[in-house]
Amino acid sequence: MKKIIQSEWVSRLIDASLPVFAALAALLLGAVMLFLLKVNPIEAYKALWDGAFGSTNAFAETLVKATPLLLVGLGICISFRGDVINIGGEGQMIIGAILATWVGLNFTGLPGWLVITLSMFAGFLGGAIWGGIPGVLKAYFRVNEILSTVMMNAIAVQMMNFLLRGPMIDPSQAELASKIPQTARLLEIFRLPRLAPTRLHLGALIAVILAVLVYILLWRTTLGYRIRAVGQNPNASRYAGIKVQRYVVLALLLSGAFSGMAGATQVFGVNYRMITDGSSSGFTGSAGFNGIVAALFGQLHPILTIPASILFGALLVGANKMQRVVQVPSALIIALNGLVVVFVVSSEFWRRRRQRRRLAAAKQNDESPPQSDPEQYQQVESGA
Amino acid sequence: MISELFTVTVLIGILASGIRLATPYLYASIGETFGQRSGVLNLGVEGQMLLGAFAAFYVALTTGSLWLGILAAMIVGALMGLIMAFVTVNLHAQQGISGIGFYLFGLGLSDLLFQKLMGTVETVKGFPPIKIPWFSSIPGVGEIFFSQNILVYGAYLLVPLAWFVLNKTTLGLKIRSVGENPDAADSLGVSVARIRYFTIILGGTLSGIAGASLSIALLNVFQQNMTSGLGFIAVALVYFGAWRPWGVLGGALLFSMVNSLQLWIQVLGIPIPSEIAVMMPYVLTILVLVITVSRVRAPSALTKPFERED
Repeated sequence: MKKIIQSEWVSRLIDASLPVFAALAALLLGAVMLFLLKVNPIEAYKALWDGAFGSTNAFAETLVKATPLLLVGLGICISFRGDVINIGGEGQMIIGAILATWVGLNFTGLPGWLVITLSMFAGFLGGAIWGGIPGVLKAYFRVNEILSTVMMNAIAVQMMNFLLRGPMIDPSQAELASKIPQTARLLEIFRLPRLAPTRLHLGALIAVILAVLVYILLWRTTLGYRIRAVGQNPNASRYAGIKVQRYVVLALLLSGAFSGMAGATQVFGVNYRMITDGSSSGFTGSAGFNGIVAALFGQLHPILTIPASILFGALLVGANKMQRVVQVPSALIIALNGLVVVFVVSSEFWRRRRQRRRLAAAKQNDESPPQSDPEQYQQVESGA
Repeated sequence: MISELFTVTVLIGILASGIRLATPYLYASIGETFGQRSGVLNLGVEGQMLLGAFAAFYVALTTGSLWLGILAAMIVGALMGLIMAFVTVNLHAQQGISGIGFYLFGLGLSDLLFQKLMGTVETVKGFPPIKIPWFSSIPGVGEIFFSQNILVYGAYLLVPLAWFVLNKTTLGLKIRSVGENPDAADSLGVSVARIRYFTIILGGTLSGIAGASLSIALLNVFQQNMTSGLGFIAVALVYFGAWRPWGVLGGALLFSMVNSLQLWIQVLGIPIPSEIAVMMPYVLTILVLVITVSRVRAPSALTKPFERED
């Protein structure tokens, strides 16, 4: 019994590596699927690796893809910690991007740095509005946020299509018969600066800085503490005098805001215009969903979400190469992402079981009875 | 222009396609109702539907048998349900999140198989409409209700059947008790795990049929992501219908009627931007959720894994 307590750090190490095992399990199942499709899994995964890390440009592409995943994922860290399931990343990205693009296209007289700053805030604001609405609906009208965010996604897609085919359409497209739903190009001075002679842009750096800020927000501020407290135990929080409803709204609003920024960086850092094929993923590349996967993989910890985003960015970029080299549709990677999510949430089972055993052992030895004071909670949480 | 909407032919057209369009929602939502009444939120419906739609289409295309297609969709849905049950019942995985995982899995796998096994969009000859003798010749009503295909009739028969099972049978009582108070149910000798396995697998099977109803009865094609959010709406309709089969029917009909209306608005070329028209059902669903949800209580144990106290 005593041994179990002493090996606390071993236990933590196992906990921390669970997602890695989950990913390996998913890749293994992917290999089985590849095998059944009569494709050599080793060849396929080698192409995947080359596509993601094979050259400077490949790695830069991976980081470019990872950027929106990280931003969305940061928002997910906040909302899921507050026990609010935000599936509205796609819609929040879209609305954020629309507002940001509008700023970029209309304030052409202002200096570049100012417009870039303003549009990032516009993206933040747009996402905050689109996340805030389901937040209010949940807090004050008891509408399940999973459903309302899904609906808000569908509404946002139609708004985007309406605007990009109508009021905001690229004037040169408006005259053509093809009418590709896209806006005009942003002025060159309004583009997010590139960090290297690749497509890597400032947005990646901003996202990493924000990851640190979200960490500070969640574990070093009252606001973050309360969001987490409400997520852990809304009733206890209410007794403690926390206005639970307000923090539910804030969790969703902030979560949406980060997705909105993800949308804005896609426009200002990658495409230099807003463009779609009429579907949600046509603009977002499904980052609104894949960001959830990245955050879960990073155990809802902002800092761990950085490498997690890079991993999933790599999978997405590598999938394209895999498609070219061994003719396996990149949809395989979406299926594997799904498996990773299932495995990660399932592996929680073993973590909880060990935690319970530790507590039981501690009880038996009568050394340190299970405590429930907030400080301890915080430590357990941040050590995740 | 607007007056064109109110001719008898158009109204009958709107109602008939509204009845038809409710079909996939009914199968999926009734299945989800069973799951939620037993305390399990299955958010992977969309993924199950996509795999069901593909399985049904592919089998129907290669064997030429629509019924084998349905069977394939049911098997695929049930398998997905089985895995989901293991993950949520035995491993206590958080249901909302694992559901997203199952959704992504179904989305990716159905697309992968489509591209690998078919490659191009093909069509099948789906279930033909069956005219019910005598009834189908009633003017208007006949066309709306009694000239649909077999899966449409099945969907509407499912509603009273589900109501009966949930409210009038021992099985239904067990399902509801497991969803409301699993501890009490357990102490009375009801196996919480077994009931939940049953409802989740049933839900998966029905989601599979829901997908099949799209690919071999309504649209008769398979395309990547062809459900485009339909499965999530089906989950919403369960809340909308306050976890009751008849309420679910009302929600499904409202949603599909508004959808049918917007399709006809576009067909008739009425100058409302199509995007605004497509948006309407979603806006409406949110509004109705706001009005109704705060008055009804969800099953108490919904999304809560059951663990026996030692």
